[in-house]
Amino acid sequence: MKILVPIKRVPDPQTNISVKGDGTGIVTDNVKFVINPFCEIALEEALRIKEQQGGAEVVLVSIGQKVAQEQLRTGLAMGADRAILVLSDDELDAATTAALLAKLVDQEKPELVLAGKQAIDDDANQTGQILASMLDWPQATFASKVEFSGDKKDVTVTREVDGGLETVAFTLPGVITTDLRLNEPRYASLPGIMKARKKELKEIPLAELGVDAKPRVKTHKVSPPPKRAAGRKVETVQELVNLLHTEAKLI
Amino acid sequence: MPASRSDFYAVEDLLSVEERAVRDTVRRFVDDEFLPLVRQHFTDATFPTELTPRIAELGCFGPTVPTEYGGAGLNSVAYGVMTQELERGDSGLRSFASVQSSLVMYPILTFGSEAQKRHWLPRMARGEAIGCFGLTEPDFGSNPGGMITRAKRVDGGFVLNGTKRWITNGSIADCAVVWAKLREDESDPKSEVIRGFIVEKERAGFSRPLMHGKWSLRASITSELILEDCFIPEENLMPGTGGLKSPLMCLTQARYGIAWGAIGAAIACYESALDYAKSRVVFARPIGGYQLVQAKLVDMLSEITKAQLLCWRLGRLKDAGEMRPEQVSLAKMNNVSQALRIARVARDILGANGITDDYPIIRHMLNLETVNTYEGTEDVHRLTLGRDITGLNAFE
Repeated sequence: MKILVPIKRVPDPQTNISVKGDGTGIVTDNVKFVINPFCEIALEEALRIKEQQGGAEVVLVSIGQKVAQEQLRTGLAMGADRAILVLSDDELDAATTAALLAKLVDQEKPELVLAGKQAIDDDANQTGQILASMLDWPQATFASKVEFSGDKKDVTVTREVDGGLETVAFTLPGVITTDLRLNEPRYASLPGIMKARKKELKEIPLAELGVDAKPRVKTHKVSPPPKRAAGRKVETVQELVNLLHTEAKLI
Repeated sequence: MPASRSDFYAVEDLLSVEERAVRDTVRRFVDDEFLPLVRQHFTDATFPTELTPRIAELGCFGPTVPTEYGGAGLNSVAYGVMTQELERGDSGLRSFASVQSSLVMYPILTFGSEAQKRHWLPRMARGEAIGCFGLTEPDFGSNPGGMITRAKRVDGGFVLNGTKRWITNGSIADCAVVWAKLREDESDPKSEVIRGFIVEKERAGFSRPLMHGKWSLRASITSELILEDCFIPEENLMPGTGGLKSPLMCLTQARYGIAWGAIGAAIACYESALDYAKSRVVFARPIGGYQLVQAKLVDMLSEITKAQLLCWRLGRLKDAGEMRPEQVSLAKMNNVSQALRIARVARDILGANGITDDYPIIRHMLNLETVNTYEGTEDVHRLTLGRDITGLNAFE
């Protein structure tokens, strides 16, 4: 089985993000970049499938600037077999990303695309779904459990939905997007990091894929969440109750 | 892209993709798996041996050993950032990996027979065999050449007699690299040469009592090695060893890792003190707003920055095959003594809170007392450097 795993380079969720003065985006100086955590979960699942089934190939894809090589190398160090980097300096929307991935699916012919449900930078939660519809493939989003049939042709996916779990099944090929509780990704081991140096990392200029990359969605403004106003101290309980009544209008 | 507030000069940008990846892996392991355990182990004076398989799985045992012997084939800078991150956790954790890598796997790789390499190195990389290094004796620390331990040639091998002390991992080790004096010609005292021997834990006449009462490096096993008419076969002699130079070569490797490791301990103390100074309010203001505290924090960061650049350069020299042992002495001497100073000042910034194990500082401070002493005391390194720059030997 061949599994295609798209991964996105995003700011480390542990770092404090600040917004640029002109509101065009976030400040990226001094920010550490990592593999999007949901993508990392997708990669871990692909590696587990590979280990369980034997003979599977895990191919990573990232779309972005050359610096995304670092995240692809990390993924290769975790155990992926090879990587493709589609080079683009522009911010791409989910539909364009999905169209580029669909092109790569045509070329690579994987049986499964395993992707994160969303990227923690734009939180769009669209790419996997759009990709499935472009390919006319079945999809199972928000996976918290993935199980294959004995002949590896069918897959059963448990999905986390509001108020419970839903189980869906489809016959491959298809698209699965991963939720937080699917697995805990491994770390790249030191020998894995060294092995990754020798693995193939192919770069493709975006133009070569013949996809219209003109954005359909444009970011107009990025703004930080409003600052919380300072609290106020009151002298007596009675005063508090009065204020809750007259000012906050909560009682 | 400097990622951390303790990387003021963006030393990160001087690292390769692989070196950064090694740092990230070890950092995550220490944060997620080691730090939650260390407080209890330090209190109980135990090492978290339950982590040994994980440490092995991540590749932290002998990472610079070639892959054909089970290592990862890492360069020295990657090894350095690994020890830095381990010691950010605890000097005991770094010691555990240092001893295995630099003091056991390195001599077997460098001086061992092909059979010894094939037998021990892959097992040690997988964490299935733990080693220790027996050089220091109760009465011979800074002067290892004065060692009393003797090997005597007998039919089919050697008989070892002597006592080694302050041996990290001794009681939990599967084998020891033991240094002893051997007379090539029993009747000629001048034929005596220091040689290295591999002594398996099962050998009759070999015992490894645990040492008690340490108030430093508590999350680390420290032992004596006692050899009483201990017979080992001929093939346990490491053929490439000859003279004091052999164990000193091992110590150069270990000291190199310690110079990096000290940065990790210093960073842990600095970051803890910085957080505290920004949040602890005294006289209606965070103490970080006072000049005296700022001066202390600035001094800490200055020393950390210098130590980082020192180690980065030292590592590049080592990988180019141009590093001199005296350069390692300078880095070990400087970085550990500065880390110890940083730990003490950090403890001071935290006031009474600084003496509790709610914060990592007092643990690092106590550990660094050991680190400043072992593998060549601060003063011995100073004299080594003094000899190097003046050509005059203060040891004699």
